[in-house]
Amino acid sequence: MEIVYVYTKKRSDFGRPCNFSDRPAEVTVDIPPDPSAADGFMARNPVDAYVQHTSDMSEHEVNTERVEVETRGVNHTEGGWPKDINPQEMEQTIRFRKKAEKDENYINTITHLGTLMEHCIKQNNAINIYEEYFGEEEMDEVEDEPPSAKTINVIRDPNITKRTATHLSWHPDGCKKLAVAYSSLEFQQNVKDMSFDSYIWDLENSNKPELVLKPSSPLVSLEYNPKDSHILAGGCYNGQIAYWDTRKGGLPVEVSTVEFSHRDPVYGTIWLQSKTGTDCFSASTDGQVLWWDIRKLSEPTETLVLDITRKGLLENALGAISLEFEPTMPTKFMVGTEQGIVITCNRKAKTPPEKIAGTYSGHHGPVYALARNPFYPKFFLTVGDWTARIWSEENKESPIMWTKYHLSYLTDGCWSTVRPAVFFTTRMDGTLDIWDFLFKQNDPSLSLKICDEPLFSLRLQDNGCFVGCGSKLGTVTLLEISSGLCTLQKNEKTLATAMFERETKREKILEARHREMRLKERAKSGGWDEEGKVERPEESHDEVLEQVRKEFFEVIEAELRKRAQEEAKHWRAKDKDYAGDMGEEEEEGESKLPEYEEEEEEGEDATKVS
Amino acid sequence: MAEAKAEVEETLKRIEAHKGVVGTIVVNAEGIPIRTTFDNSTTVQYAGLLQQLTMKARSTVRDIDPRNDLTFLRIRSKKHEIMVAPENEYLLIVIQKPCE
Repeated sequence: MEIVYVYTKKRSDFGRPCNFSDRPAEVTVDIPPDPSAADGFMARNPVDAYVQHTSDMSEHEVNTERVEVETRGVNHTEGGWPKDINPQEMEQTIRFRKKAEKDENYINTITHLGTLMEHCIKQNNAINIYEEYFGEEEMDEVEDEPPSAKTINVIRDPNITKRTATHLSWHPDGCKKLAVAYSSLEFQQNVKDMSFDSYIWDLENSNKPELVLKPSSPLVSLEYNPKDSHILAGGCYNGQIAYWDTRKGGLPVEVSTVEFSHRDPVYGTIWLQSKTGTDCFSASTDGQVLWWDIRKLSEPTETLVLDITRKGLLENALGAISLEFEPTMPTKFMVGTEQGIVITCNRKAKTPPEKIAGTYSGHHGPVYALARNPFYPKFFLTVGDWTARIWSEENKESPIMWTKYHLSYLTDGCWSTVRPAVFFTTRMDGTLDIWDFLFKQNDPSLSLKICDEPLFSLRLQDNGCFVGCGSKLGTVTLLEISSGLCTLQKNEKTLATAMFERETKREKILEARHREMRLKERAKSGGWDEEGKVERPEESHDEVLEQVRKEFFEVIEAELRKRAQEEAKHWRAKDKDYAGDMGEEEEEGESKLPEYEEEEEEGEDATKVS
Repeated sequence: MAEAKAEVEETLKRIEAHKGVVGTIVVNAEGIPIRTTFDNSTTVQYAGLLQQLTMKARSTVRDIDPRNDLTFLRIRSKKHEIMVAPENEYLLIVIQKPCE
């Protein structure tokens, strides 16, 4: 740690400046030595003395050692059996039990205990002594506090060459464990000594990862199996899919074969809802969605090419950069593409082209996040370019709500798991925004600067109180958000649906109007328009480019001219002002200038009057 | 004799039929499960741990007042309530989900 101190002192605090001049010596006071007084003193040798006019300052730094915590366990084996009985032998144990059950003491005891126990069971069933009577009132009190969040943990990538924390996954059983995928996504920036490892962190002990996952290529996505928390599936940078069993250590149990895997980084891996709990699917920028059964990773069970022209050509396919799956709609899923288009798919459609059910376009760049509202899955959130947008499944042409354009790119987003009206977004400038659209629509209700480097990934724990943010340099910051933001508010569900429905309706009306206008225009222009349409494709690319360039420069030049004119007017007005009446207006002239600008034509007259 | 044994079975069956009861285990003084409605690993875990806890609780009660004795142990947890009735070398353990 580098410690730098800066001390500042104002010049005025040094006192009056010195002003020396020569003058002859003069005696101000003369005290002759008094020999008698010397008896009262003792000579001190050596003498330490110093003179310092400024006040003393000191500061200490203590860097405490990090506490290393370790967990140990002992595996107990079954014991307590009599020496002549082997607990592994079923027959012997059964015989022993049979004998014990015949014991008179046993019979008497259990019959007696049975009545005692029954009494307690009935008590428990009759009245719940732990019942909370005033639960609702406490909730009301919480509402008043302003939204806030506090950092509870910061986990850094332990490697020297830092990599981006590309994906986070919380332990499904609510314990404080977080699996983080690390990889460098910058084009051809993979340094030689870069580590491939990803980690599972136990937040109780964040000094050391609980488990080091060692894939053959860095992991871009990593996901806990919601059915079996020991199993994790990961998508690698080279396109392979691998799965881990935490009981079997850090090496993948199985890896998909390269020939049948993706050809680009796997940006999304999601577990499907199945009886065996072994099915998952993945999407990559190579334009494919592949389904897998982890028991047999040699080949995908199903493939889909994301070609929205429905021809199934891989060269026309759009690259998938985000993937969404809602367990309550097991046949549907959505894919966010690099081209800014969201594709809804239906896995169970009869023919491959029918599997692509529809598209939603609107973003100007890759759709980095895609999430259905956990309460109203018909509405979904997308994050891309500089905005986050909320869509209704019914409106294919435009989103129903959207944020303003931010100054920096948005990188990830997700819904709150407990409040239907709250969502989170992360930005390139290291800011986490928490939006509550019932409270404020134009701005986030809480905006937190978490770090200086770009934030890259975001994941909320299922209880909705803890949020993890991964940054470009591999730092994962965990925040606990204030209870107001993670408890369901009064009437929130009804208010949120009302808002969603209202906005959907509004967009529908607008869409219908647009369509009508387009139809009218076409009818008006009639045949001419058709001719124009035919002619247009004949224009060569260069011509079109030239046309566009010309238009662009015309616009720019017009703007420049306009500015120059305004400036000229500005100065003219100023000159006139000074010339006209210098005595009176001299001081105010400067501050009045903007007015002339607004008055424009009347400007000249006004100066004359004044 | 057989009649008495049937009576025990009947008592336990009746307990298991009550609302919210997840299962029962009977453990002897050595911590060996005699009769159980759970699978082996769960039973062994419950039996081993609760036998120790009950003995500790019993010795605590007796240490405080030698004329006193533990009659019943209720462990309330987030997921369920574990009820332990100790008597004459045997423990009757019942796991019950509290009423909603």
